[in-house]
Amino acid sequence: MGNHEHHSETTLRVNGKPHTLTVDHRRVLLDLLREDLALTGAKRGCDHGQCGACTVLVDGRRVNSCLLFAVALDGREVTTVEGLSGDGEEPHPLQRAFLERDAFQCGYCTPGQICSAAGVLAEAAAGHPSYVTDPAAPSGEPVPLDREEIRERLSGNLCRCGAYPRITEAVEDVIP
Amino acid sequence: MKEFAYVRAGSVEEATSAYASHAGARYLGGGTNLVDLMKLGVERPAALIDVTRLPLDAVEELPDGGLRIGAMVRNSDLAAHLLVRDRYPALSQAVLAGASGQLRNAATTGGNLLQRTRCPYFQDLSKPCNKREPGSGCGARDGVHRDHAVLGHSAHCIATHPSDMAVALAALDGRVELYGPEGARRVAAADFHRLPGDRPDQDTEIRPGELVTGVVLPAAAAGLPSAYRKARDRASYAFALASVAVVLRLEDGVIGHAGLAFGALAHRPWRARRAEAALRGAAPTRAAFEHAADLELSAAQPLRDNAYKVPLARNLAVDVLSRLTDTALARRAS
Repeated sequence: MGNHEHHSETTLRVNGKPHTLTVDHRRVLLDLLREDLALTGAKRGCDHGQCGACTVLVDGRRVNSCLLFAVALDGREVTTVEGLSGDGEEPHPLQRAFLERDAFQCGYCTPGQICSAAGVLAEAAAGHPSYVTDPAAPSGEPVPLDREEIRERLSGNLCRCGAYPRITEAVEDVIP
Repeated sequence: MKEFAYVRAGSVEEATSAYASHAGARYLGGGTNLVDLMKLGVERPAALIDVTRLPLDAVEELPDGGLRIGAMVRNSDLAAHLLVRDRYPALSQAVLAGASGQLRNAATTGGNLLQRTRCPYFQDLSKPCNKREPGSGCGARDGVHRDHAVLGHSAHCIATHPSDMAVALAALDGRVELYGPEGARRVAAADFHRLPGDRPDQDTEIRPGELVTGVVLPAAAAGLPSAYRKARDRASYAFALASVAVVLRLEDGVIGHAGLAFGALAHRPWRARRAEAALRGAAPTRAAFEHAADLELSAAQPLRDNAYKVPLARNLAVDVLSRLTDTALARRAS
């Protein structure tokens, strides 16, 4: 019946642990994380991919979890802010930097900012350019991150409190 | 959101036959636009055919020196690819000018081409829109249309195409590869998107069931100076108010070839053929650039609130042509 046609079994690895669930095809990753797995770090902001509050890493790349159907992610590796530091004993350097810089007010956008920043660091290390990277002589070498680069690369994460200057500083603190 | 069936395709043929056997099917790529439109109720597919795992995720060099980009190559990987950055910089810059890092990580090359307009009337079920619901009227024509078309619009639709990438592909003479029930074919990127006419519900020349399988960049444009420049309301993460992609070849001190396309001015990337013809054989001077841009934009028919786009697009074109001339001359001097 409809139930069979509109639901599927899907397996995701979330923060290192496999989870097999039967999901309604309409289930987006954000809702699966928050409602099925009680991982409430990723936030629902706009629910349309415009604010970045739902940002998580899928196979190590930052994405908007509100726009991904869970069924399409079968076999993928998801990392949320809860799993960013591995065993969770010590905070991730980005989490520590956000605390030390007081890089938030209400904190609602913070998990998305931190996951996005983790993605930014990996992308820059892999030599991925941004709109403000000098297009001359592309090399594939790691892209140095200055403030202009950080601001451009994090433009998909809105902060309605306006904590941007401190968010930028916090990310600068963890640049290798 | 309406319930839907889900099929994960393992091959192009599997995808097109699954599409054919499911009424109301849509192909699912990165989903960054389709999933949003499903949440809004604009799209109500009965089945999604997931094409993200098709083996179309490579950028390959072609024997003739061109480049083939698989339809499932993610926007971020396309923009970062060294051959793309080195040989077709306008394409890399255009992709990086669009959306956010998160969206570019999910969005595919094929999906970028097939994204729908961001006209607010199209996205709002409570408003008339001939593109969403043919015959219902156009709310934008006498409504909020500051972002809308100044070229090639019709009484039925004044929407613009939102892609930055497609503008660069049009200027670079890229070609779109399609596969469908009638087999494989290629369409020039500049002709892939349509003008609205009396069928604004049709964004592109794609036929029912056809799938974008890739994009081909020609050897002729490889390594030429090219660039993309975009004007928008904020410095990052906004759709264009106007944009331009240019590729330029100088020969013996005159312009041998100029490929020029405007974004955000029309229902499709606007290939500026009249400007290109005026530039061919001309000395690369500011006066020549201004003349060519004015010639192209003399066809503009701005609406009540978007006449600003015409001088904006003109100045973008003149600026990019000037900068690329400097690049070409500097290369020759070295």
